[in-house]
Amino acid sequence: MKHLAEYRDGDTARRLAAEIGRIVTRPWALMEVCGGQTHSIIRNGVDQLLPPEVELIHGPGCPVCVTPLETIDRALAIAARPGVIFCSFGDMLRVPGSRDNLFAVKARGADVRVVYSPLDAIALAKAHPDREVVFLAIGFETTAPANAMAVKLARQHGLANFSMLVSHVLVPPAIEAIMRSPGNRVSAFLAAGHVCSVMGTWQYPPLAERFRVPIVVTGFEPLDLLEGIRRTVAQLEAGRHEVENAYARVVTERGNEAAQRVIAEVFAPVDRAWRGIGVIPDSGWRLADAYRDFDAEIRFAVGDVTAVESPLCHSGEVLKGTLKPNQCPAFGRECTPRTPLGATMVSSEGACAAYYHAGRFVEPAIAGATHDAS
Amino acid sequence: MTRPDPPDMSRFTCPAPLADYPHVVLGHGGGGILSRDLIEHVFLPAFTNPLLDRLGDSTVVDLTADLAAGGRLVLSTDSYVVRPLFFPGGSIGDLAVNGTVNDLAMSGGRPRYLTAAFIIEEGLPIETLGDVVTRVGRAAAVAGVQIVTGDTKVVERGHGDGVYITTAGVGIVPPGVRLGPDAVRPGDVVIASGTLGDHGMAIMSVREGLAFEAEIMSDSAPLHGLVAAMLAACPTIRLLRDPTRGGVATSLGEIAVATNLGIEIDEPSLPIRPVVAAACELLGLDPLQVANEGKLLAIVPEASAAAVLAAMHGHEHGRDAVAIGRVVDRHPRRVVMRTAIGATRIVPMPLGEQLPRIC
Repeated sequence: MKHLAEYRDGDTARRLAAEIGRIVTRPWALMEVCGGQTHSIIRNGVDQLLPPEVELIHGPGCPVCVTPLETIDRALAIAARPGVIFCSFGDMLRVPGSRDNLFAVKARGADVRVVYSPLDAIALAKAHPDREVVFLAIGFETTAPANAMAVKLARQHGLANFSMLVSHVLVPPAIEAIMRSPGNRVSAFLAAGHVCSVMGTWQYPPLAERFRVPIVVTGFEPLDLLEGIRRTVAQLEAGRHEVENAYARVVTERGNEAAQRVIAEVFAPVDRAWRGIGVIPDSGWRLADAYRDFDAEIRFAVGDVTAVESPLCHSGEVLKGTLKPNQCPAFGRECTPRTPLGATMVSSEGACAAYYHAGRFVEPAIAGATHDAS
Repeated sequence: MTRPDPPDMSRFTCPAPLADYPHVVLGHGGGGILSRDLIEHVFLPAFTNPLLDRLGDSTVVDLTADLAAGGRLVLSTDSYVVRPLFFPGGSIGDLAVNGTVNDLAMSGGRPRYLTAAFIIEEGLPIETLGDVVTRVGRAAAVAGVQIVTGDTKVVERGHGDGVYITTAGVGIVPPGVRLGPDAVRPGDVVIASGTLGDHGMAIMSVREGLAFEAEIMSDSAPLHGLVAAMLAACPTIRLLRDPTRGGVATSLGEIAVATNLGIEIDEPSLPIRPVVAAACELLGLDPLQVANEGKLLAIVPEASAAAVLAAMHGHEHGRDAVAIGRVVDRHPRRVVMRTAIGATRIVPMPLGEQLPRIC
């Protein structure tokens, strides 16, 4: 943690915020792509330090939130089968499907287990050769290498009882979809540092050029975020639209090439539906044809499971940045973490949950909160 | 022809000693000889005291002297279900004693007697049960309380996590001590008795097989001695809470609601061990929502805060005590944190179990 404290220093934060206030001359809307960044902004109150001209729009970068309803319903259908051990990261358990969530299926007797890595699921498959072990593989480029590696290991060890329900999503096509969407207000992106640690920054210059939009690779600590915002605002004010790396302690231009090779071997691009947003071309990964025998969607024949969203849920607009969570009519009323209508209210990285947990029911209430405890 | 004398059955003991049953069987809960065997061989040696050793259906205790002196009775009960049964820094046995002792202590009570009921899963090794019971006995001895009556039941295999324990406690609140939300005033200081989140992360590290650089130990400890020292320094302490399940966020949230006042805490002042902070960071958990089993939160009048802190620093369970915030009349019923970078956010109460996040 000693390497984190230095990125949370209050004096430096105030200096950076003051510098942003000094250079900004007009309103700008910046989108932080990653849900981890949204969480850190709200948790630390980074946005409260910014001048009023700088608005942060929360992007679609929470993998739990954008996982399509169909995938959740397929997961629920598979988990409910006798003989299945269904493995998932913890925050997927409460995500609502059409009628249910994994917690409810577990309570009715399904064997649903929280794991911390796909390798935990591999170990379970080895330990229970008589059971079907299924791993729910969701996430952005960040989680893909470990998932790809797990599939490779399953093949190496001949684990015929292991399979994956894959719903990976990719950042660059999402950025493109946001820039093309009517009513887009985003003038610059804080790119997701952890995604770039795997993929590098080489995918972004064509996007920055085509849409004339600054893209600044940004980390997750308060000072990382403020520095990313400072560089973005500096570009916007100067009329530049470049790719910059404000997270150089982790991210290189070429990224983790070994990881990229494993991903390219195991996964193949696919048109993916994003929950609340719709289908974005080539915006996801499925298992490559050579690994289709590990595809749970095929093994359990759940490909035809379809689903309908609650008409009250506006998470799509939240994910596209056209609606703040607390501007949604259902926020805090029909939709709370206890009774979530959409995944954005569930995941710790979801914008709606971040707002709810930080008590941001009405925007000015928290901004006006003061503190004089010594 | 004379008939042989009838055999003398009064000294008969079952020729099959307890050791012949390496595991608990359903018969151990049947109330017969096996039950008696379990009590005599496992429970009595660990808990022995004159009141318990009578093995009556109930136990009469005499508190007339305490009550005549103006003391008041305090009662509490709690059930303990934890997996695994043993973890770094403690066991279900320690929790079952310290948890109830601390619940009494949070009212300012001096714990006197406990009752203990064990619900045991068929198939639990007798040796494991013996370890748990020994820990209960040892924790009771450390806390200076007697276990005066109890119960055992056995449930079928698959119907319990080894053993569940329910303890109830009775204690005496000394005259003049009146803790409660009614006494809390704006300006009062919020004190934490030590590092936060240790117990919950110790459990999580073993339950989930997560290894961190340094082992995280549960903080399970009896706090009534610390409370007595604090009350000696300041008899008008307003309120005490032990932030167990739901952690500090839940306890402070409940205080804010009960008092209809606001609470402000200061993020940089929060005593959180680096290894606990790192583990929480890794798993996406909030250390303020993680359970503690040997820590308390105190609301004390501002004028007495220094004296209370000094008294706490002199006690083994309060050495790391620190002021973490203040009661305010702004934003009633809400807990607000001043973050490290000087912004503010509301500290929410957790919904239920915390879920480790994806990345």
